[in-house]
Amino acid sequence: MSQHAMGYLRVERAGPLAMLQDAGRFGTRRLGVTQGGPADLHAFAWANRLLGNAWDAAALEVSLGGLVLVAERTTRLALCGADLQASVEGEAIAPWRVVTLREGQRLSFATPVSGLRAYLAVPGGFAGEPVLGSLACVAREGLGGHAGDGRALAVGDKLDFGPDTGAPEATVPEAARLDYRRPARLALIPGAQVADFTGESLYRAFNAAWRVDARADRMGVRLRGPALNCRLPGLISEGIALGAVQVPPDGQPIALLNDRQTIGGYPRLGTLTPLACARLAQCAPGQEVQLVATPLGRAQARHRRFLEAMGAG
Amino acid sequence: MMRARLENAGVDAWLVRLFDAIDEGNMPAMMALCRRCEAAFGEALVDLVPSYTTLLVHYDPLRLTAAEARAKLAGLLDDLAAGEESRGAEVKTLPVWYDPAVGPELTRLQARTGLSLNEVIALHTGQEYRVFALGFAPGFAFMGSVEARLETPRLATPRKRVPAGSVALAGRQTAAYPRVSPGGWNLLGRTPARLFDLGREGLSLLSVGDRVRFTAITRREFERLGGDTAPVAPLAEAAS
Repeated sequence: MSQHAMGYLRVERAGPLAMLQDAGRFGTRRLGVTQGGPADLHAFAWANRLLGNAWDAAALEVSLGGLVLVAERTTRLALCGADLQASVEGEAIAPWRVVTLREGQRLSFATPVSGLRAYLAVPGGFAGEPVLGSLACVAREGLGGHAGDGRALAVGDKLDFGPDTGAPEATVPEAARLDYRRPARLALIPGAQVADFTGESLYRAFNAAWRVDARADRMGVRLRGPALNCRLPGLISEGIALGAVQVPPDGQPIALLNDRQTIGGYPRLGTLTPLACARLAQCAPGQEVQLVATPLGRAQARHRRFLEAMGAG
Repeated sequence: MMRARLENAGVDAWLVRLFDAIDEGNMPAMMALCRRCEAAFGEALVDLVPSYTTLLVHYDPLRLTAAEARAKLAGLLDDLAAGEESRGAEVKTLPVWYDPAVGPELTRLQARTGLSLNEVIALHTGQEYRVFALGFAPGFAFMGSVEARLETPRLATPRKRVPAGSVALAGRQTAAYPRVSPGGWNLLGRTPARLFDLGREGLSLLSVGDRVRFTAITRREFERLGGDTAPVAPLAEAAS
């Protein structure tokens, strides 16, 4: 802890899960270290974009609400993603916008109205000691986050960030302000093992209405629906990409997200695009989703356009 | 060596399928391909995940299209096995205190195999293993292949809390738990070695492709090396 570290935001109530995330931890996955990073890349990147930050600056991922922060200095904040009924001193704050929090004022999150995870960015991004090159907080591994040890925010913690350089604000276009209550269509790039699923299973995979199961977290999201049958037995464990949709013997697919284990051994239907993962991470248990087969070239071009629009690269 | 296949793994990754079956002999070619990817992709390389028979290659989609990355990879697959065998010849040694207090499944293995405690230990320490993959947790190395007589399935009910350093066996694989975590492997003993350390260059004591041996040490040596002697809590079934 450096002498001149100053808390600008103080945690008055922690809520169920609030943690720092940057774009993720890369280059160490061969050591079994997972990627981490924002479960919703879309909302995370827009929060930084609103303040003119680097696209991958560390922001706060607030899951399910319950968090109360107090400003120790007047500051601008950008809020994107889920509507968790945020308010400043009782005045409601809709997401996808910049707000100013004056010294001593409280920003409070209640409970989810639309989506599950809100992203809070500050000018220049939250400061912290990177672990293996990243601030991404992964509780299971005890790595990253504001404290460096993978723990989520707790009462009394102070979050530090640099001075506001006054970078011009952007606005989020209407089409990018997602309403997470609507049914989600998730782009999935079919993988090499699709041929090993029965024809009926493949038809079901892309035509059934899937429901998000209650077993859903930053590691992965289970979907409930018709059983998918694969002719392959379990596989030898292999590297698992973000968004890989694996099908265990019970036939119910699991989409693997940011905190997944680095290797795994179930047959895979294919891989969700990063923005499909982002969308899925905002779906509440019971919500309906559809899997939409998408060619690799088109999916990659779309992802590249998104990254370029966010100022990556 | 089979003909390698390239399988798409999303908008920014290809999976190279190099082999059909687990084999210690796979690893030199796997490591050779890792080195070639690092040299050929340079800044465009984001991550590599070698595992048993496959290599997952993550690239930067802002620098390479999927087709470009695929073509680059396809150009790296020739003659992988040739001349790479002598690399990584060093054998790493993990000291282990084998004792029922810290390796409660030693008794299960004796009951299954009909071997004595010393015979079980002699079989586990009597060979060299290869690291096939790291996964499950940072620094957790899947090693094999364990002598067929010791082959033992996972526990029916995983432990909620396996102590750090626990040396374990499942099927014909062996591993050591870098930190406290849940786990369903059979515990045989404990190593005082630090398996994953943010302060160490390379971070993980073990890497994919490494050759590893276990060596038996006494409780006194284990303690001298800084090992934690706290016994493993009994399984719920055993307690009832």
